[in-house]
Amino acid sequence: MSIRHGLLALLEREPMYGYQLRSEFDTTTGSTWPLNVGQVYTTLARLERDGLVSPGEEDEEGRTRYAITEAGREELQGWFATPVITADRPRDELAIKLALAVTVPGVDVGAVIQRQRAATITAMQDLTRLKKGGDPEDLSWTLVLESMRYQLEAEVRWLDHCEAALARAAAQRTRRDGADNPTTTTGARP
Amino acid sequence: MNDHVPSAVPALEIIDVSRIHGRGDAAVHALRGLHLTVMPGELVAVMGPSGSGKSTLLNLAGGLDQATAGRVRVQGEELGSLSRSDLARVRRRRVGYVFQDFNLIPSLTAAENVALPLELDKVRTRTAMQQARAALDEVGLGGLYDRFPDDVSGGQQQRIAIARAIVGERTLILADEPTGALDSETGEQVLALLRARCDAGAAALLVTHEARHAGWADRVVFLRDGAVVDEAGSTVSPEAFLSGGLR
Repeated sequence: MSIRHGLLALLEREPMYGYQLRSEFDTTTGSTWPLNVGQVYTTLARLERDGLVSPGEEDEEGRTRYAITEAGREELQGWFATPVITADRPRDELAIKLALAVTVPGVDVGAVIQRQRAATITAMQDLTRLKKGGDPEDLSWTLVLESMRYQLEAEVRWLDHCEAALARAAAQRTRRDGADNPTTTTGARP
Repeated sequence: MNDHVPSAVPALEIIDVSRIHGRGDAAVHALRGLHLTVMPGELVAVMGPSGSGKSTLLNLAGGLDQATAGRVRVQGEELGSLSRSDLARVRRRRVGYVFQDFNLIPSLTAAENVALPLELDKVRTRTAMQQARAALDEVGLGGLYDRFPDDVSGGQQQRIAIARAIVGERTLILADEPTGALDSETGEQVLALLRARCDAGAAALLVTHEARHAGWADRVVFLRDGAVVDEAGSTVSPEAFLSGGLR
């Protein structure tokens, strides 16, 4: 996702000026993606250049409200109509970390997995407390919060899977080594 | 039954507990020198792969199984030193169980199911039913006293089971994958209910493999091969966590 689409979506509600966009973005995403006002103005300038928004008259306080254009509306509809493809997202540092961990000698992969699991569950506890204390009527916020909780859940399931795969690999290695070496080890190296 | 006074006596103490099934070469160490304390007001989740000792831990905590070594105390009473009848009394009065498959009796109404442990404890039927209805009110099933388990949804059945676990003066709830048979949303409601009971002063030990359910706990302990290998418990405020941004 780009900030452009986020701003276009907000402007579809009503024309707004930069600072207002920033605080609305913050509210709608539950502060999960903090923007600085500079990013907002840079993005607005690009949207204006591309004809997706148009600035209105300056008000008495010197603020300019931006409105979405017809082209902006089309762009926004196209964005909502296009699924998010995993490959478009930033690379997953955790997956890369584990992929490397199993190839680097001397790394206790099981411990890496458990540390991650504990951290992920702790994050889940934090989000669950937010959910408990939050306003269930605030649908945008609830959806963002649940998205994060489901992501954490998926991460823990994946960690469980990694651990099971690791145990299987270790068992296989033990069997293989056992054939020619009676003093086997149960490490986590491939 | 809402007025649990916070006290310094732990709801559950597991002190250096081991449980070995079988003997000699065939011996299986289900738990190895485990320590765990659950205070009133706490919801503690237990996670771990199958065979890590989760269910053994719950069975020992509820007096359904006996430790090979070590001590188990429920509200200060040491289960290993109790007579059979005293142990049964502790099980009936102090401990409530919630299972994955509800374990409700189909021929009894919701209120009768909830009243059952009280009646087994020789509480007069009238009093037992009054307390059962209060417990059903508490889990949001006020209108369903006279319904049979088969006539209500899975989520409602589990709520009846929770009412049965908290009826009377039970202050320790032992829950073994209580949401396993429920859809995700209904499962969340059940967890919120357990959480509310703990916020009101009860203590709960929850075995789960679901991260989102463990998220409701104050502490999460990770078991591996019968021992606690790690623990998760948030210390930061959720707001501070969010302002740091997600990974």
